[in-house]
This record gives sequence, C-alpha cells and structure tokens, in this order.
Amino acid sequence: MGRAILLNGIEIPGIRNFTTYRSHGGYSAVEKALREMTPAQVAAEVTRSGLRGRGGAGFPTGLKWSFLDKKSDKPRYLICNADESEPGTFKDRFLMEHLPHRLIEGLIIASYALGVKTCYIYIRGEFKYLVGILEKAIGEAHRYGFVGENIAQTPFSLEIYVHPGAGAYICGEETALLESLEGKRGNPRIKPPFPAFKGLYGCPTVVNNVETIATVGPIITMGGEAYAAIGKGKSTGTKLISACGNIKKPGVYEIELGLPVEEFIFGEEYCGGIAGNKSLKAVIPGGSSVPILPADLILNTASGTPRLMSYESLAEGEFTSGSMLGSGGFIVLNEEACIVRNTWNLTRFYHHESCGQCSPCREGTGWMEKILYRLEHGEGKMSDIDLLERISKNIEGNTICPLGDAAAWPVASAIRHFRDEFEAHVREGKTFHATVGKETTN
Amino acid sequence: MTNISGRVIHKQFEKEGKTVAFSPETLEKVHTLIRRYPEGYQRSALLPVLHIAQETFGGYLTVDVMDYIAELLGLLPIEVYEVATFYSMYYLEKPGKYVIEVCQTGPCAISGGETILQFLEDSLKIKAGETTPDGLFTLKAVECLGSCGTAPVMQVNSRFYEKLTTEKIILLLEALREEAKIEQNTSDRWEEQFS
Ligand SMILES: Cc1cc2nc3c(=O)[nH]c(=O)nc-3n(C[C@H](O)[C@H](O)[C@H](O)COP(=O)(O)O)c2cc1C
Ligand code: SF4
Ligand code: FES
Repeated sequence: MGRAILLNGIEIPGIRNFTTYRSHGGYSAVEKALREMTPAQVAAEVTRSGLRGRGGAGFPTGLKWSFLDKKSDKPRYLICNADESEPGTFKDRFLMEHLPHRLIEGLIIASYALGVKTCYIYIRGEFKYLVGILEKAIGEAHRYGFVGENIAQTPFSLEIYVHPGAGAYICGEETALLESLEGKRGNPRIKPPFPAFKGLYGCPTVVNNVETIATVGPIITMGGEAYAAIGKGKSTGTKLISACGNIKKPGVYEIELGLPVEEFIFGEEYCGGIAGNKSLKAVIPGGSSVPILPADLILNTASGTPRLMSYESLAEGEFTSGSMLGSGGFIVLNEEACIVRNTWNLTRFYHHESCGQCSPCREGTGWMEKILYRLEHGEGKMSDIDLLERISKNIEGNTICPLGDAAAWPVASAIRHFRDEFEAHVREGKTFHATVGKETTN
Repeated sequence: MTNISGRVIHKQFEKEGKTVAFSPETLEKVHTLIRRYPEGYQRSALLPVLHIAQETFGGYLTVDVMDYIAELLGLLPIEVYEVATFYSMYYLEKPGKYVIEVCQTGPCAISGGETILQFLEDSLKIKAGETTPDGLFTLKAVECLGSCGTAPVMQVNSRFYEKLTTEKIILLLEALREEAKIEQNTSDRWEEQFS
C-alpha cells in the first residue's frame, strides 16, 4: 500500500540534479501551471485536492491561501518553513536532501498561484549542508529558466532564497519565523494580525511547510480530484511519516493516509515491528508535542475500531483517548522505556526552547521540568503528580503561541495514561533507575 | 569587556591589536546576501552574516566582531547582541577547534544518546559544556538535531555523525586529532553554502 507521489523517483541515481530530475518529467507541472492555467485555477486545484498543512496543524492549504489579503498593494511573500525541529520529525530534511527540485517546483507553482515574486526557504541552521544542496538546486533551476525572469518563457518571474536560522526550535512557529527572518530574536507575535495580512515586513505572507509545498507539483500533474481520491475522508493524499524509536526499521515512509496504525508499526514494508522482539508500550504519533498513547489505544480507538494513520482517526477520542497526526514524527517506545523519564526529557526540551515571553510557558515549563526530574530521580511526592497536572492545565491556552500547549500535552497525557508508573516512581524511589540523566548545555 | 545578559564577552581582537574586517571576497558574498532582501531591510541578512562572521573570526562572536557587523548592516550594536545571545548556534566564548554536539532529546535518549555523551565526557576528560585544555574539543549536550531515525546522533562543526557507537567515537576522535595537525578543508564553510 506504500504510495510514492511525493517521493516518486527518489530511487533514481542523480535525481538531485536538475537534468536527471527534468528528464524524468520534472518541471512539467510548472510548465502546465504557468502556461495552461490561471493563478486562480491553480489555487482551485489545490483546494479541490483537500491538501492539508503538513507542518503540524493540518489546516487546509487552499483555504489558507484564500485568506491572503487581496486589497493590499504591497508585495506578497511565500515562506517555506524548513525549520523542522520538533523531536521525532525528520521528513523535510529527507525530502530536501534527496529531491530538492520537487520543493522548488512546488515553490514556483505556489508562488504563481499566490502572486508572489520572492520566496524564502527558512531552514534550521543545523541543516547547514542542506543550504548548499538547496542553493545549488536553485542555481540550476535559474540556469534552465525555471527561477528568475520569465519562467518557462512566460511573463511570470520569481526569486527563491535560502535563509538559515541559528538553533531555536521556536522559529518553526510561523510568526517567530518571520521575526527571525527579519533579523530579530525569534519571539512569536500576538495574532491577529495574521501573516496573511501582516506577515514578513508587514506584507501579506503565506507560511507553508516543506512537505505541503512539495505536494503542489504532483497535485497539478495529477489533478486535484485524483489526489483527493487517495487517502481517507478529509485526510486526502499521502503523508511522509518519520518513524523512530524502538522499531526495526526507522526512517521516512510515504504512506497513503488511512493506513492502519498496526500495519505501519508491524508491516515489513514500514517499521517492521518492535526492535529486539520486545513488545510495544506506547507511541507518540505526531512529533513530541502530541499526546502519548499506550499500545492498546494507538492500535485501536476507545470504541474498538482499528486506529488509522489519518488526521481524524488519530484524533478520535480527543484528549481522553486520542492524539494527533501532527507533523508525522512517529516515536515508538517499547516495554523497556520509562514514561516518567521520557516525559522529563521532553519537558526539558520545551523549557529549553521557550522564548520566555509569557510567564505560564517560561515558568511553567521550568517547574514541570524540576518536578519531573524529582520524580524520575526518586525524590518525588505523590502530590507532585497532581501538581504537574495543575501546572499543565494552567499553561494550556494561556500563552501567546502554541509552544505552551505543546509542552503541556505530553505531560498531561503521560499522567492520564501512565499514572501508575508515576506513582511507582514515588513509592520505589531511588531504586527505580540506575542511571542519571544529562542536562543539556546549549 | 562588556556584560550582556549576565555573560561576559570580550573585545578580543582590539586587545590583540588586530582590526576586524572581512576579506574583499567575503565582503562581496555578504553584499550579495544583503541584496536578497528588499531595500531597507538589510537587517534580514543578520543571521546568515553572523554565521559567516563566526566562522571567519575564530569560531565565536566577540564584541568587536558584533560591532563590526552592526556597522556593516547599519544596525545598533544592541540589535546584534540580542540576536547573538538568543540563538544557540552563536558562541560568545572561544570554543574548541571541534565543537561536538551530542543530541540528548527523547528519541536519541532512548537509543543510547546518554551513553554516548558519557563516553565522550570520559574520553575527553571534560564535562558537557567544557573545552579541553588543548583547545581542540568543546563538548555540548544539545536538543533534537532532526535526525532521530539514525539515533544516537551528534554533530561536529555542523557535520552529522549518525547511528553512533563507542567504537565509531574512538575512530572519530583519533581522526580529528590527526586532521587538526594539517591544513583544513574548508568546503563546508558557511560562505561556500550560498551560491
Ligand atoms: C513551537 C512550534 C514549532 C513549529 N515548528 C514547525 C516546523 O519546524 N516546521 C513547520 O513546518 N511548522 C512548524 N510549526 C507550525 C507553523 O507554525 C505553521 O503552522 C506551519 O509552518 C504552516 O504550514 P502548513 O500549513 O503547510 O502546515 C510549528 C509551530 C509551533 C507552535
Ligand atoms: S508560549 Fe512560550 S514560546 Fe510561545 S511566545 Fe509564550 S513564552 Fe514564547
Ligand atoms: S532526538 Fe536526537 S536527532 Fe532528534
């Protein structure tokens, strides 16, 4: 059932180079869009495809594009979000490394649809080597007339630039990204105004994830309707899933949305089962910030139907018994994993990455980290567990940007599903674990 | 010496009687980068230019380097300082020739990332956050590097090393010690990434 749309051609040697990519049908979607379609027709095709944002929130892409301020006479910008820093997520890196031209093709078509003349790819600084790969690919596209003036001999012109960040998870949040792109600290902005009205330099701006944009080319080639026929319900098309943790075959997989979770974890075509023939304990299915689910609830919903890899199915049961598809960062934990330790670890991450603007996030993540550290190191009290829950509730919904929620959900869901394990840590104290964890120093 | 947000930073170059300036070639590159942003928004070039500056001037950002960049981009010095202190890839103190950054986040932690860090601490006889006395290695514990499928992972001067084992680390440290004795290959410098 593996379905190669986005990753189509990835096995071809040299597909990273323009000439190889072109000789396998590359850039024909650009020619089709720019020569045979109006910008409005391109946008309509994307709306028809049902494509939803692949950066985490799953917001319909066509709808997002339609919000762009049409009355403004300022220039418009398209920003490709390549910050990819959510733990468990490494699919955009994979796509850009192997198929940079698929992204560039998507950027051209999306820019045409949106009336954009300048695009920036904001990429996390740790992906330094990818800056070179992307710049080279853009240079090639320039030489062959697909970037720059009069693309594919049409009146449409576009420049694409790569812009590196410098190590800050928060810059993946779209308004923090815009601040960072303007050369400032990555402090998220208060919304509204939304980027569609006041984005980069106060101009109308669309921010889309790498994978979202890369899907636009294939949609134009096959038609929105054909794309919408793939997948299940409102989860149309395919999605890149980066699978990691205690599985036999970690890696990036393109799946048709609607694939049963069980097949994804145990199928030979995908994760290949749990490493070392241990048993499955829990999964964080959409990047570290989505709720963790125990084995029974990841394989089947609370109502007993098989759980599917789709936006709707993974969310079924909401926060009581469900989770989210998120970015597609699929983290698998086996029977040996300690939930308290893992939760402490991820909370440390969010505390470290909080920009510090709002006190519930800045202080709350720090308190949660301290309490979790205490619990994990055998110095916790029973009342700490309730305290943690209270703090997480007080962060949720009370911050400028969703990083607060992203920090709260893992804690709340870990306690919800694994309270006994937290209690055992209090009861059994120091003997629970032999090793002592490390603090990060950056 | 200046104190920003509790950290002491140095006017190293002036102290040594050197002036801070890019070579004409690097300056040309910097101007190309500035031209990527609209007229009046040259501040946008700050992050990429700081990467280049850090690599050019010894691997860290001193006050005189930051002041130079401020002047170059027409910014107030504080506008550069506040950015340099926000992002974890900029260093305000001289790091070792090789900066080893070991991922400690969830997926790496459950795949042996903590053991790798411990092994490096023992081998280099320093703690995470420190630099070896010979100035060769700085060891850092960092958060997710976006390579969780090949955990445990680390970067050395922004180059990825994946599926780490202690055997690989022994080989790598040896190789880096050898490499440090000879002239460096510079093809993966920031300057070279932008075309
Ligand atoms: C803390 C935080 C980090 C985020 N990191 C990323 C990221 O690394 N990449 C990404 O595409 N979106 C990230 N997002 C989501 C973006 O804000 C934005 O919704 C997304 O880029 C929109 O693109 P899409 O509609 O194509 O998904 C993050 C959001 C938050 C709150
Ligand atoms: S929620 Fe956290 S990261 Fe987001 S703006 Fe507030 S302090 Fe910054
Ligand atoms: S957790 Fe180490 S690279 Fe993602």
